[in-house]
Amino acid sequence: MRRNLPSEVQNDVPFIEIRPSHSWRFINRRELWRYRELLYFLTWRDIKVRYKQTVIGAAWAVIQPFFTMVVFSLFFGQLAKIPSEGVPYPIFCYAALLPWTFFANGMSNVSGSVLGGAGLVSKVYFPRLLIPLSAVLTSAVDFLPSFVVLIGMMLYYGVHPTWNVFFILPFLLLALVTALGMGLWLSALNVLYRDVRYVVAFLTTLWMYATPVIYPSSLLHGTWRTLLGLNPMSGVVEGFRWALLGTGHAPGGMFVASIAASCLLFGSGVLFFRRMERIFVDVI
Amino acid sequence: MIRVENLGKRYRLGEREPYGTLREALAAAASAPLRRVRSLAKRETESGSKGKKEFIWALRNVSFEVGEGEAVGIIGNNGSGKSTLLKILSRVTEPTEGRAEMRGRVGSLLEVGTGFHPELTGRENIYLSGAVLGMARTEISQKFDEIVAFSEVERFLETPVKRYSSGMYVRLAFAIAAHLEPEILLVDEVLSVGDISFQRKCLGKMETTAREGRTVLFVSHNMSLVMSLCGRALLLNKGRIELDGRAGDVVRHYEDSSFESAAVVDPDAGMWMNRRQAGEARSVIESVEMLDPATGKRKPYLRTGDSVTFRIHYRSAVDFDGAGFEFAIRAEGGSTPLIACRTDADLWHTPLRAGQAGHLDCTFPAFPLAANRADSYFISVLIYDPRASGPSSILFDGRSFGSLRVLPREVEGRRYPVTTGASFLAAEYQWS
Repeated sequence: MRRNLPSEVQNDVPFIEIRPSHSWRFINRRELWRYRELLYFLTWRDIKVRYKQTVIGAAWAVIQPFFTMVVFSLFFGQLAKIPSEGVPYPIFCYAALLPWTFFANGMSNVSGSVLGGAGLVSKVYFPRLLIPLSAVLTSAVDFLPSFVVLIGMMLYYGVHPTWNVFFILPFLLLALVTALGMGLWLSALNVLYRDVRYVVAFLTTLWMYATPVIYPSSLLHGTWRTLLGLNPMSGVVEGFRWALLGTGHAPGGMFVASIAASCLLFGSGVLFFRRMERIFVDVI
Repeated sequence: MIRVENLGKRYRLGEREPYGTLREALAAAASAPLRRVRSLAKRETESGSKGKKEFIWALRNVSFEVGEGEAVGIIGNNGSGKSTLLKILSRVTEPTEGRAEMRGRVGSLLEVGTGFHPELTGRENIYLSGAVLGMARTEISQKFDEIVAFSEVERFLETPVKRYSSGMYVRLAFAIAAHLEPEILLVDEVLSVGDISFQRKCLGKMETTAREGRTVLFVSHNMSLVMSLCGRALLLNKGRIELDGRAGDVVRHYEDSSFESAAVVDPDAGMWMNRRQAGEARSVIESVEMLDPATGKRKPYLRTGDSVTFRIHYRSAVDFDGAGFEFAIRAEGGSTPLIACRTDADLWHTPLRAGQAGHLDCTFPAFPLAANRADSYFISVLIYDPRASGPSSILFDGRSFGSLRVLPREVEGRRYPVTTGASFLAAEYQWS
């Protein structure tokens, strides 16, 4: 994998070489750093636009996981009586729904981001990775209000956090990387094949059932458990619950498997995206 | 500084293979999995099930160099590859072959309002658009007041841009773009919008930019703009560089070849009809035709130095043996003709017979007039009685029969105008 650096700074004057590229490229860190302000502006723009002219706007970030939790508690907690590892089902469920919603919305946002940014992509040069990056960061901002609700719920149910709480940060990072990785695949594919967005909604729903959101992972054993571990979100969700509520086990094998799967997804996503970005303008 | 070597860009015609549906792609993948994945990863996917592979080269073998501080215009017909060239240099799209080098910060103006979002206010869009175009936040803050002053939308800064009139939108968009200070500026036809005062403002700003020593590549259909802003111009035709030289020369060449290609397909080219209705009792010249003396066929356009026959078609109402015909060419606003040919002075007789039509040929072995830019030569034809004098001597007055455009002579295969619009006469001469 040759590192293709199309521009460098020579004596303060940028020098750009344009030629058809054939190699596989990964992340050009220097270029991304140079365009960091644009990343800020794109994210700022998306957030601002999201909350202008909407009534629900900011509240949606809370409503979505909260009411999902209510419905799940009713059907899965009360009626189906799924075990919840010693804590009340609502909080068991919500603690998982929080990172899950972050992931699902992040992935969905990113998958449509390039097509949505067609106007910019076809008129101006900037590293195209900025678009999915800003999309996932926008979703990250939504995480905060719903997190506040979680704190409220913990107070309500009298769950006392331990120092493990700080571990939610690496888990969140894992969720972000997975959302971004999957999103990169989907956003590039979406430019090439316009029916991908229908796949996304379907994919998200299925994926949720493959993740221990509604049920604890202790429900599965042996090979099933291993398979569950291949889903990077399993590690995230279980880890989240462990960090906040103290249920389940400390991150172990499942977590390691999740990290590996996530890195694979992210790495391949970046490679694919970078390969496809050259023809975005020609196909959009 | 820009250096372009052998740049080429190829597009696929017809069914754009990548834009299919996932369903089709999956079906194809199922039938030939490895080839499918590999072709997906290639820059130009193979046709697979679709079969037809037709390509068009939007640009081919384009090579040129632009030094620091040069302002170069890029002109050509629609579809000649001007915008594609700019897109490649702006790195918006990748070339299929060749390479380009650019030294300096590049600013591209490929459209008006890059980065604008309708929901955001004018103020917010200034920051957003500025950032998208490549300005740093501090730079935008510094120039903020200037931008607002240039755009004249101060009162509407806090209003969402979707409420702006189109004029305000364009003014703001251009104001932001005008304050970009890159070393290399690539501009694509963005000045064609806006009212006259705004266009004049933009022009002023662009002239300042050009004078400040920035390298500018300017794509435009506005020839006078290109000639006033740029010292040099590139003419693109069907993806290739047809001419690279001084702006004035290239523009004139372009206008001449446009005129020529239009004339060739125009059935009325090379022919002037008498539009006025004369009474039955008058003799008239019905039309004047331009012919090639060698073939006898109509010439749709005329070049300096061509051999040409002007055929004057007349119809007579009287019997008159001693009628005189005059064929003259005048310049705009001139009273003395540049060329005047009178049959009686040449002792040539064309007898008129009542009711009969006929024609008279005036042949020039080498047409002596120099090329003109617009239709500034006028053909004048007269039938007169040479023995009479005063106004009654004129039997048919066709003094402004039609206008004539003369194209420059071909010099060694290149249609470089030797003197276009600079003189009337193209004499044969030599320096030594």
